[in-house]
Amino acid sequence: MNAVDDCVVQGLGLTRRYGSFTAVDNVDLSVDTGQIVGLLGANGAGKTTLIRMLLGLLRPTAGTVALLGGPPSRHTRRMLGYVPQGLGLYTDLTVAENRRFHASAFHTGDTPGDLADVDDHDGRLVADLSLGQQRRLAFALAIAHEPRLLVLDEPTSGVGPLGRARLWDSIHDSADAGTGVLVTTHYLSEAEQCEQLVMMAAGRVVARGTATQIIGDTQVVDVTTGDQARVLTALADAGMVASLDAGGVAVPGVDQKRVRAVLANTSSVDDIGVRPATLEERFVELARPTSTPV
Amino acid sequence: MITADQLTLGYGGVAVVRGLNLRVAAGQVVALVGGDAAGKTTIVRALAGRLRPLEGSLDLPDRARIGVMPAVGAVFADLTVVENLEFASAAHGLGRGSHEEVLTRMGLTQAADRLAGRLSGGMRQKLGLAMALSHRPRLLLLDEPTTGVDPVSRAEIWRLLSEQVSAGTTVVLATTYLDEAARAALVVVLDDGAVIQQGTPAAICRHTPGVILSGGAPVTSQAWRRGRSWHSWQPDRGADTRTIVDGHKVTVIPADLEDAVIVAALHHQGVVT
Repeated sequence: MNAVDDCVVQGLGLTRRYGSFTAVDNVDLSVDTGQIVGLLGANGAGKTTLIRMLLGLLRPTAGTVALLGGPPSRHTRRMLGYVPQGLGLYTDLTVAENRRFHASAFHTGDTPGDLADVDDHDGRLVADLSLGQQRRLAFALAIAHEPRLLVLDEPTSGVGPLGRARLWDSIHDSADAGTGVLVTTHYLSEAEQCEQLVMMAAGRVVARGTATQIIGDTQVVDVTTGDQARVLTALADAGMVASLDAGGVAVPGVDQKRVRAVLANTSSVDDIGVRPATLEERFVELARPTSTPV
Repeated sequence: MITADQLTLGYGGVAVVRGLNLRVAAGQVVALVGGDAAGKTTIVRALAGRLRPLEGSLDLPDRARIGVMPAVGAVFADLTVVENLEFASAAHGLGRGSHEEVLTRMGLTQAADRLAGRLSGGMRQKLGLAMALSHRPRLLLLDEPTTGVDPVSRAEIWRLLSEQVSAGTTVVLATTYLDEAARAALVVVLDDGAVIQQGTPAAICRHTPGVILSGGAPVTSQAWRRGRSWHSWQPDRGADTRTIVDGHKVTVIPADLEDAVIVAALHHQGVVT
């Protein structure tokens, strides 16, 4: 398999402008066969616009897309699985009707299998399922025709811990079978499940790589205390932005010495130390308007 | 602040949550954790005084000192941001004072005249929080305040909650996110209406037994061989090892709150024993 075949989608220099507003600004992004790529960004960062260009649903103002080796077309559409944030189900049809519609649209001939507990609800209207069940149905439909590229827009929003673990299992199974996966999430703990991460802010890529590479050596000052309220007040009085953390208070973007100086006379402080930033803390720093594109 | 003894909660006489015991002190943060239909919202409703317990006793602060932000319908989509704040003030019998200070603190000044239905997820949740706080409650109840909220807004919401805690407000929040629950002093893990774990995040991790899943185990047998733990697994660093794969047998050692909650739920559902 040569390099071109290996890449299920490749966007180069993708830009989309709406009047004077640039939603996506010169972004490169590619997904390889069997690879899971995480696309991260705040609301309005340009993730959905970028996805729509990669899928051929929106024409770029500048840049090119190669989807399965060529420009996006009706032919490539059959080899895509896409679960938008709105799930794209027909909520006034039953589960079985949604499955039949999907099977005929994609010429798969039979209804998709293994829907776990949704299987028992064939005759129910999709609108009557819980959000978690609707999400599982949308996912099952998106992979039913064995797509070469699977695009999931916030697939785990509102899903519980066990449900999330199960969904990620299915995502990995698809990738193991050779599907390239592009997934967006707001939940950065699960971004670590991706082999490659692309972080966007204000339409531009501000970081890319593995979670470890993106975090780099960024650190956060950790204050261990039995009285979070008192420590927060002392730090706030000194103009520092701090937040509740496990067993204490976290202070990002500030030197440890300054935190020690501020808390020198605060009685309830048990310990002050530094720890590596989490991906979420690093992201919040990168998403500030002053960040420079990479 | 809150005392609940052997609480059974439900609707129409049908129990949804069973055997809930809770002792919450002023200024504490409590996280209710669980998946779909675990009972989180039912508990929030009971703590808000909006659902009478079927059994057991429940001591709460005066209702006028409780602020609630429901998961759905916290803001009126067809009112502007300022109109929503005015509504919340009026509902609590407060005057028509200026909302400028609140708007500044919540970072909503630019959006003051926008319809709430047109706000991003993060801004809408901040507005809901501002409304729940309008009467300066001592007990703040939040049902999934950060679901669908991007990381930047989430950090902002946690900063606002931190301010409340530093002023002595008690916060009870329902969440599906374990990194958030790990910030709480007390975590209540729910599965299908039962409290399956309760304690500090560290105590829950300590007390959840590891599981051994063998070859024929259901779908979840692969849940931990992926992602971070798998990629970072090194045979010579036993202390960091969360997952050990040996042929068809997968041993899982809960190492953080997310693992512990998943394992506890698997035990409770009888998937593993």
